[in-house]
Amino acid sequence: MAIKTIFTDPSRCIGCRACEAACRECDSHKGESMIMVDFIARAASVATQPTLCMHCVDPVAPCAQVCPVMAILITPEGVVQQADPSRCIGCRNCVYACPFGVPKFDASARLMKKCNLCFDRTSQGLQPWCTQACPTAAIWYGTYEEFVSQRAGRAVNRTVFGHQEVQTRNYFVLPEGEDRLDVTALLRAAAREAGHPEREEAWIV
Amino acid sequence: MSVNKDVFVPRRAVNEDFESAGAPPPGWEGVDRLPTALVPTHCCFCGVQCAMYLKVLDGAVIGVEPRDYPHNRGALCPKGIVAYQQASHPDRLTHPLIRRGGKDSPLERASWDEALDYIVRRWQEIQASYGRDAIAVYSGSSMTNEKCYLMGKFARVGLRTRHVDYNGRLCMSSAAVAYARAFGLDRCPLPMPDIALSRCLLIVGSNTAECFPIVMRWIWAARDNGARLIVLDPRQTPVARTADLWLPVRPGTDIAVLNAMLRQIIHDGLIDARYIAERTVGWEAVREAVEPYTPEMAERIAGVPAERIIAAARLYGQSSPSLILHARGIEHSTHGVNACLACINLALARGQVGKPGGGTTMLTGQGNGQGGREVGQKANQLPGYRHIDVPEDRAYIARVWGIPVEELPEEGAAATEMIGLMADGRIKSCLVICSNPMVSLPENAVVRRAFRILDPLVVMDFFLSETAELADVVLPTAVWCEDEGTTTNLEGRVVKINRAADPPGEARRDWEIICDLARRLGRGQFFPYRSVREIWDEYRLASRGGVADYYGITWEKIEAQQGVFWPCPTLESPGTPRLFTERFAHPDGRARFIPVVYEPPAEEPGGDFPFRLTTGRVVYHYLSGNQTRRLGFLNSQAPEPWVEIHPHAAERLGIQDGDRVRVRTPRGAMELKALVTTTIRPDTLFIPFHYGHARAVNQLTIPAVEPTVKIPEFKVCAAAIERLEEPPGPAAGARENHTPTTAPAMFPYTAGEVRAPAAEDREGP
Repeated sequence: MAIKTIFTDPSRCIGCRACEAACRECDSHKGESMIMVDFIARAASVATQPTLCMHCVDPVAPCAQVCPVMAILITPEGVVQQADPSRCIGCRNCVYACPFGVPKFDASARLMKKCNLCFDRTSQGLQPWCTQACPTAAIWYGTYEEFVSQRAGRAVNRTVFGHQEVQTRNYFVLPEGEDRLDVTALLRAAAREAGHPEREEAWIV
Repeated sequence: MSVNKDVFVPRRAVNEDFESAGAPPPGWEGVDRLPTALVPTHCCFCGVQCAMYLKVLDGAVIGVEPRDYPHNRGALCPKGIVAYQQASHPDRLTHPLIRRGGKDSPLERASWDEALDYIVRRWQEIQASYGRDAIAVYSGSSMTNEKCYLMGKFARVGLRTRHVDYNGRLCMSSAAVAYARAFGLDRCPLPMPDIALSRCLLIVGSNTAECFPIVMRWIWAARDNGARLIVLDPRQTPVARTADLWLPVRPGTDIAVLNAMLRQIIHDGLIDARYIAERTVGWEAVREAVEPYTPEMAERIAGVPAERIIAAARLYGQSSPSLILHARGIEHSTHGVNACLACINLALARGQVGKPGGGTTMLTGQGNGQGGREVGQKANQLPGYRHIDVPEDRAYIARVWGIPVEELPEEGAAATEMIGLMADGRIKSCLVICSNPMVSLPENAVVRRAFRILDPLVVMDFFLSETAELADVVLPTAVWCEDEGTTTNLEGRVVKINRAADPPGEARRDWEIICDLARRLGRGQFFPYRSVREIWDEYRLASRGGVADYYGITWEKIEAQQGVFWPCPTLESPGTPRLFTERFAHPDGRARFIPVVYEPPAEEPGGDFPFRLTTGRVVYHYLSGNQTRRLGFLNSQAPEPWVEIHPHAAERLGIQDGDRVRVRTPRGAMELKALVTTTIRPDTLFIPFHYGHARAVNQLTIPAVEPTVKIPEFKVCAAAIERLEEPPGPAAGARENHTPTTAPAMFPYTAGEVRAPAAEDREGP
């Protein structure tokens, strides 16, 4: 069965932060956004990148795996929830475990917070707020089949960090011909281009 | 590297660890306020007029929900999402304010009777002593057609003054005149989804991504279909980032590049000779006019490589259909009309105007920027795009209004000219509605002096704007969701705004205040309206037979058809989404080629002022920022202006990213932060314009205007920039350890939905 999920295409992102404004409208974390839009290198470009929870499938939810109190639950649809407030002890293991830097620790609430794919909306057949609002469809919600039939670019759900590959529920949209997002290769290429000597990143084991 | 994930398989029948607690129930514990109604309406910001639902509980607007509509397809930009927060904002004005002891006394609470009687008494005294034209009405275009129509009628019938104009003068009056001259009709010729049909998009002077995020979905749709993208802009805006060709022209020199492109297209044999012969007049004059514009000459003027101009001409000239989108970048200029005509000449020579997905289109900025300029609140216009100097038009409108035609005033001063008339005492009092000229007019020191002379300056607004701070009487009005009416979006689509709440406190709907004023002036018989619908029906009649014919547009038809495009002359007509498909609106049905030549902007850099200063928008703010600077999320994203400067220039001047700098022009100076980035030309500076007081870039801009339409040259003036020495902070070099309470906020903005403007913004005049 095809599942509906989020496709993120940074090439279409205009950095308007409608997704952030929309995320804040969700009643479960009113006033706080669980999606982040960052300038990549404002000194050189206006390019921006939205970051939201990728809902890791394999290995499943590193954030949940390292949680000592099993506060992070996964729904039968594979959506990784934000920490259950009745369980979370605020240890921040999840913050360090996430390869994408998604979970945020709210010091005043002593609670981890992150995107849960707008469970209140998606469970009722609506889109998540961020994909609903996105003016440019840089963040887009649908099934893989719908994406292939309607959109340009290659949807990939495998991201490589060093030797660790993570398969995710959500997809990135890359140029045709790419079958995975290899962060390490990109870093190395950038370092070569900048003339820096090659070195192993600390987290590459 | 391997992780034992046995217990973590989702959807497994037994998964004690993760499913034992079950899925969260649909709907959250946090949902304590469920709406009792969803009111279909449209956003109050920008000319796109995205459809939305407002969530209403107990008569208060508590949120927003997406609403599918042909042009925004349920999407919203950040402004649209938080627009609802204006309704219950603590800064709302809830009662009239008046200065009882002259200009330097404070604004004090007043009753409606006291405020309105004072205004009327002063107006009657002024008109008795100095004539009827000593009072001016300065209106705006971010309110409904009904209100805009009423303002024009109130000025000419209620006050019987000739001086009525509106802030669209600062917005795109140059494009309006260019379209009227070339095509005989001033409207965007295409519905927005047509953009996706185009094979080549030429975007001239438009930061489309930040100013019209929703238009970008159609631009990206065209890109998905393989369309080429060419952008002329001194800055690498988000739409320029992925363009096939980015031409970083010097501000104010677009005409040279556009003419050079047309010359190249002629030399490459890419013109549509048959279209030119059958549907246009005046080609030969344009052909001769552009001949001197070699790519090398354009390179010298505009600072863009000649090869890139040739490449742009060929890319554009070989695609069909091809669409030119232009906006304030070329319109805010002393040659704004000519720049728009240069775009039109290109499109006509390629035979594109009238094709689905082809031609030229203007991107109208204000919420009701299109409607506001048709309903007769412009200095030289009567409702329905009628002209105030055409006897038949005057006679028709006088008949609709029930006044003798000789009582209908003649053309008055443009908004930018009113300031001069105020300064030399010919205008004694002004009613400002839906406008914030203290932020939006160029060289605002002069504007402040002119406003200080007025007695009284009357401002109608729902927040205390920078202009309202100077007012003698402030009348509290309704925000968009507290009233109903129609707006006309940038496509020419008329949409319906619905009422979701009532104004807070003693605030009243704008049209009720105006009708009350008219009654107190003894002109109540001309303003007998009991509902907005009655105003609309009168406007439909007033526009009947005009260029912008709204007669057939009923509120019911708008609901049934998801908007109606004017002209819609009969009740049976479905409206006209695409214009000029068979004929143009001139009597002979042909478009006009109008030759244009490049002339330099009013002020070129040189001597002490070596840079070109250009101004523009950021995505988080709307116009003068009076609304958006008060909305927590938007303000936190861009709380203060900055100046963009290229690293080459910055290095020469010792400026580093984040430094405090002073920007000077012959008009004044301001201090702000530098953003050092390669996304701007090295000879150009950019400052966003949404801010007031010491943060207003209009302290610096030049008040030069286009000679015919009087639009100011916001987009280019000469400037200098210098670094400010700052004492090193006490924490320099020291390491700071955080506790949970002192740590920087997890989220980069203040939680909580509304926040008053920063203290500096509050400082009075």
